[in-house]
Amino acid sequence: MELLEKTDKTDKIHDDLLKSFEEKIDRDDTIEPKDRMPDGYRKHLIRQMQQHAHSEVIGMQPEGNWITRAPSLRAKQILLAKIQDEGGHGLYLYSAAETLGISRDEMISQLHSGKAKYSNIFNYPALTWADIGAIGWLVDGAAIVNQVSLQRTSYGPYSRAMVRICKEESFHQRQGYEIMAKMMKGTKDQQEMARDAMNRWWWPSIMMFGPHDTESPHTGDAVKWKIKRHSNDDLRAKFIDKTVQQAEVIGLTIPDSDLKWNEARGHYDHGPIDWTEFFRVIGGQGPCNKQRMAHHLKVHNDGAWVREAAEAYREKRDKQLLHL
Amino acid sequence: MTEQQSLFNYCLRLGDDALVQSYRLSEWCSSAPILEEDLALTNFALDMIGRAQALLSYAGTIEGKGRTDDDLAYKRGERQFYNHLITELPNGDFAFTIARILFISAFEYSYYNALQHSSDATLAAIAAKTIKEIKYHLSHASEWAIRLGNGTDESHGRLQRAINSLWMYTGELFEADEVEASLAKVNICPDAPQLRTNWKHQVESVLNEATVTIPKDEYMQTGSRLGIHTEYLGHILSEMQYLQRAYPEATW
Repeated sequence: MELLEKTDKTDKIHDDLLKSFEEKIDRDDTIEPKDRMPDGYRKHLIRQMQQHAHSEVIGMQPEGNWITRAPSLRAKQILLAKIQDEGGHGLYLYSAAETLGISRDEMISQLHSGKAKYSNIFNYPALTWADIGAIGWLVDGAAIVNQVSLQRTSYGPYSRAMVRICKEESFHQRQGYEIMAKMMKGTKDQQEMARDAMNRWWWPSIMMFGPHDTESPHTGDAVKWKIKRHSNDDLRAKFIDKTVQQAEVIGLTIPDSDLKWNEARGHYDHGPIDWTEFFRVIGGQGPCNKQRMAHHLKVHNDGAWVREAAEAYREKRDKQLLHL
Repeated sequence: MTEQQSLFNYCLRLGDDALVQSYRLSEWCSSAPILEEDLALTNFALDMIGRAQALLSYAGTIEGKGRTDDDLAYKRGERQFYNHLITELPNGDFAFTIARILFISAFEYSYYNALQHSSDATLAAIAAKTIKEIKYHLSHASEWAIRLGNGTDESHGRLQRAINSLWMYTGELFEADEVEASLAKVNICPDAPQLRTNWKHQVESVLNEATVTIPKDEYMQTGSRLGIHTEYLGHILSEMQYLQRAYPEATW
């Protein structure tokens, strides 16, 4: 719609198109790649979907850090399969975002320039094997709550990608929880590792839902356009409610002394979130921001000759085929 | 050596080959030139972990001392590992990794094809499952070798250097000591030396298409079947076995 020049006639067309878009949204129809959509809708989705794709890919780093040290063949197999799923999710999401008119190369260059972001949670380090448990249980657990809600998002390709992704994510969460449960039943050292991981990952995990609803800059339009179906605080509450019980079952304590059941709200109340830390880490001053980007950039640059070779070979092949 | 001891040792050889290959391939996780390739290489790593589990579990059964696949993977030292030297070399660049997969999978393709007819039913069953995976590894590596060889000057040069440096580690794949000779006699294992001609044809046809030069057979490295390795294996084991060694009382 943004391509139309501004005249009375085009204003009328513009209004009609916007109206038909909004009616579709009101009817809960999905918006498909060839449908007309407001510029703001497209931009919002490009921003959100590429952030989601980059998160899957950058998230491979902290978990990948433990593949070679996984303590049993089964643990290694499960972890590797899980990381591979994350890479696969990255691929679906890049493809889904490409339907909005941006290429994967452009998205990667926006990641490198800092224009595009990835989930802040991956700026924290995976220090012990229990961190692999905590990442699966808490980080994937939080991601699932968000992604389940996104299964009903208004953009068709995004919503369908989420349906597929959610199936795999619930397996991820179970594997993380299983690691934590095993460690809590294990030796003192293992229990200590599990508690320490819980203490370090809890707050960053609940920050994954983003700022409180009153502070969230993107919520307004995203809700109107049904990109976002639930608010940050609602999703956070859902995550906390289910996780508190899971922690109790395996004997872990959530590091929040203000956490208590609120009968009236039907949810747990939690203590204040340290948003200074959240914004500091998002702003680039987290423990691993530089490391994650430097690694992604190095791998991308180191692999350039391979991509060039594949492209050169494809061109040669195409020429040969033309001459046949 | 009794037949039981030979069979135990033989299963360790095959299991260690898979285990160490999976280790090297898994190091490509989040480090490959494109995301699709990241997934492909780690997928091969997953195939090989599965293969290692099957073979090391079977080794434990044959030994009869109650050792599990994990005990054998995580609690043996450098001199008790029997994987081929080529599997433990560091990954190098993408061309090196592709050349290694090409050499090994072309060997394993003939080898596991023959192992499907082993008189040992368990090995035959493992081979039947494994051969499907190997077929895919071989075709993937062949396609990439052809692509790199015919891509740019740089990719051609890198592939050629990889082939040159790996060549001296290929001889070992076709060795057979008394352990394997005794098992080959009763049709438990294939006769590796006999497979070399086929392997060479297969590899030559890919490398010719990739327009790289095949090195001359000169000095070949050896030793793994006696547990004599490169210096790299010790580092793999110290990383891989770290948690099991540091917390021997723990189960994971």
